[in-house]
Amino acid sequence: MNSDILSMLEEIKPEFDFNDSEDFVMDGLLDSFDIITLISMLEEKYGITIDGLDIVPENFSSLDSIANLVVKSGGKA
Amino acid sequence: MITKFRGKKITSMLGILPETVGLFDDEVNNYSFPPKQTMRLKKIMGYDRHRLAKDTSTVSDFAVYGLRYMLENKWIKKEEIGAVITVTLCPDHFVPHISNIVQDKCGLDTDVMCFDIAQGCCGFLVGLMQAFMVLDHTDKKVLLINGDVLSHKVSKKDRNDYPLIGDAATITVLENGGDDEIYYEMHTDGSRGKALIIPAGAFRMPSNPDTGVMADLGDGNFRSLDNMTMDGSEVFNFVQVEVPPMLENAFKRENMTVDDFDWFLFHQPNRFMLQKLAEKAGLPQDKLPMNLVENFGNPSGASIPMTAIYNCRDSLINSENKCCLSAFGSGLAWGVVFMNIGKLDYCDLIESDL
Repeated sequence: MNSDILSMLEEIKPEFDFNDSEDFVMDGLLDSFDIITLISMLEEKYGITIDGLDIVPENFSSLDSIANLVVKSGGKA
Repeated sequence: MITKFRGKKITSMLGILPETVGLFDDEVNNYSFPPKQTMRLKKIMGYDRHRLAKDTSTVSDFAVYGLRYMLENKWIKKEEIGAVITVTLCPDHFVPHISNIVQDKCGLDTDVMCFDIAQGCCGFLVGLMQAFMVLDHTDKKVLLINGDVLSHKVSKKDRNDYPLIGDAATITVLENGGDDEIYYEMHTDGSRGKALIIPAGAFRMPSNPDTGVMADLGDGNFRSLDNMTMDGSEVFNFVQVEVPPMLENAFKRENMTVDDFDWFLFHQPNRFMLQKLAEKAGLPQDKLPMNLVENFGNPSGASIPMTAIYNCRDSLINSENKCCLSAFGSGLAWGVVFMNIGKLDYCDLIESDL
């Protein structure tokens, strides 16, 4: 799942190396509109609905946190 | 505040749009973000086209245009009007007020009560309460004007705000009648007010050459202190946290369910936020129109009546509709109203050359 998420992030922001960041949001790699775009892609790929209350920066800070959110929302690898 | 009103009704609704249409596709290159990245937002957020007032047009211009239309087409007679209430964030001047300008230009009697209220996203709900209270003291009709020309205050290089803003005005006619009960609830949290702010231009920070300097303040958008700025994440989280429990508690309090309503007529921030809100609150999306931003832009306080007119006109003309109205945004403020709207005398959407 992490490699699929990384591909999505690289499609959204090809100019950044996400492997070099410890916090995508704090490091400025993802802004709120990037997160919305990523949510749309995740929901489509995994057939899930991400709860609005889960759309907070800490759930988009790393590949693991995003993968955890997908699993929490019912997504399977 | 939670309260109830009885025996008040909406009898006509008119929407007034500027004829100028701004296309998202044409504006993509104004922003400092890669066009491909920006274009992804088109479907997700509902960005497509928005209505833009001319630089010289003000809210009073739209209100006068609309009221003259109503008078000429015999929707209402001047002598039937007891009060004019305007709710806006965009006054023509600090003084005189827009309602007074409308009273003059439309030749209304001097015993017509006129006042303005400064409110944004919740402007229709706040205006409704004022209209209901005025109706307790008159047998005449009350005109509620909601309008904004916020495109004048948003930077064209601000991708967060410019694509979603639309200019428009609505005029809602209210009068006494019937025995229907209206549920009314409104909340405010001023501590989060700076999430949506126009920093300069009033008395705290008067506009000057420095406040007009455009700069990237760290999010890739270019705006000045004279421009509106919104913390999108803060506003989104506020809506997701505050609005669903407010609706759920209001349904319980009134012993109602979502199935009891014909329409959920909500403020229109963007499609994504409304979809997430509908999912969280368990609202049927076929009864919750979400298409104002993609067709006209978000017209701030005029969003609820404009949504009703654009999406539900035939239903509002031909039948009684149990409506759940909800607004949320600047202030920050959020509220909900349950009321019957229907068998309207008139309901229309017109374009102006303003």
